[in-house]
Amino acid sequence: MNLTTVVVLASIAVYSWKLIGYLVPQNVLKHPGVSRTAGLLTVALLAALLAVQGFTSGKNVEFDERVPALVVAGLLLSFRTPFIVVVLTAAAVTAALRYLN
Amino acid sequence: MASAASVKSMSIGVGIATGLYGISFGALSVASGFDLLQTQLLSLLMFSGGSQFAFIGVFATGGMSAIGTAVASAWLLGIRNGFYAVRMAPVLDVAKGWRLVAAQLTIDESTGVSTAQSELPEQRSGFWITGISVFVFWNLATLLGALVGASLGDPKVLGLDAAAAAAFLGLLWPRLSQSQSLVVAVGSMIVACALTPWLPPGMPILLAGVVAVVVGAFNIFKPKEVAA
Repeated sequence: MNLTTVVVLASIAVYSWKLIGYLVPQNVLKHPGVSRTAGLLTVALLAALLAVQGFTSGKNVEFDERVPALVVAGLLLSFRTPFIVVVLTAAAVTAALRYLN
Repeated sequence: MASAASVKSMSIGVGIATGLYGISFGALSVASGFDLLQTQLLSLLMFSGGSQFAFIGVFATGGMSAIGTAVASAWLLGIRNGFYAVRMAPVLDVAKGWRLVAAQLTIDESTGVSTAQSELPEQRSGFWITGISVFVFWNLATLLGALVGASLGDPKVLGLDAAAAAAFLGLLWPRLSQSQSLVVAVGSMIVACALTPWLPPGMPILLAGVVAVVVGAFNIFKPKEVAA
């Protein structure tokens, strides 16, 4: 299957949740355990993506120039810095450290 | 309290602010191996930041062999939009055809602005104006980012891998206000790192989701409550 087809199929899959929410009876997803778990699932997946993107290279766990960048990013986020500034600063910190090494 | 005009300016402000980081999505998507069309399709059709970053991030680590887990990660991150839709359905109360449009615009920001309003007319206009402005700015910024990204050099030299990690941190940050979510975040990071040497790319991320299911289902580490 080519990549463009997968992009479209994946998009339909993500859209399906949005549509399901408008079509199911109101009480189905109101169960507190279900909505709590769904909220935590978002947290878990984002945290795992952060860990893999930030602390692994291939099959190895690696703490390199990305770590200080993430510390700086965390500091900026705690001062409510706009997202785009946080992302660009993280790239700049890592690029600078790699250049110096 | 919030007038129609202030809802409008708030909605457009959120649209511009959110849209802007579409630049980072566009650039990272191209750096991950997607072409301009595929990158733009993700913003037009998938239109959910977390899912889009997850999809390109997992693909970047494993290529076509990780495509299944890339789709699954994006899909699972989209679950929360379904819960937003449940909350928005009675507020919007639109006819069937418009539900298809409303569904596509049901994301963190449109739901966030809408639920912050106290009166029904502002709740509705907040949803629509925010949804439409995020959609427009996010897609324009994606195009810009993809064009810039295509002309950039080696992603690692530029620190784009750190930028992608910082993007996930930025998406995660506002969700860490409770001790329970903090525990889940730390637990999932440990699980994902611990499993990376042993499993194909993408799988550690999906399995980290188990942490959320366990903590959520048994409601452990819940915030302290006053006894009733």
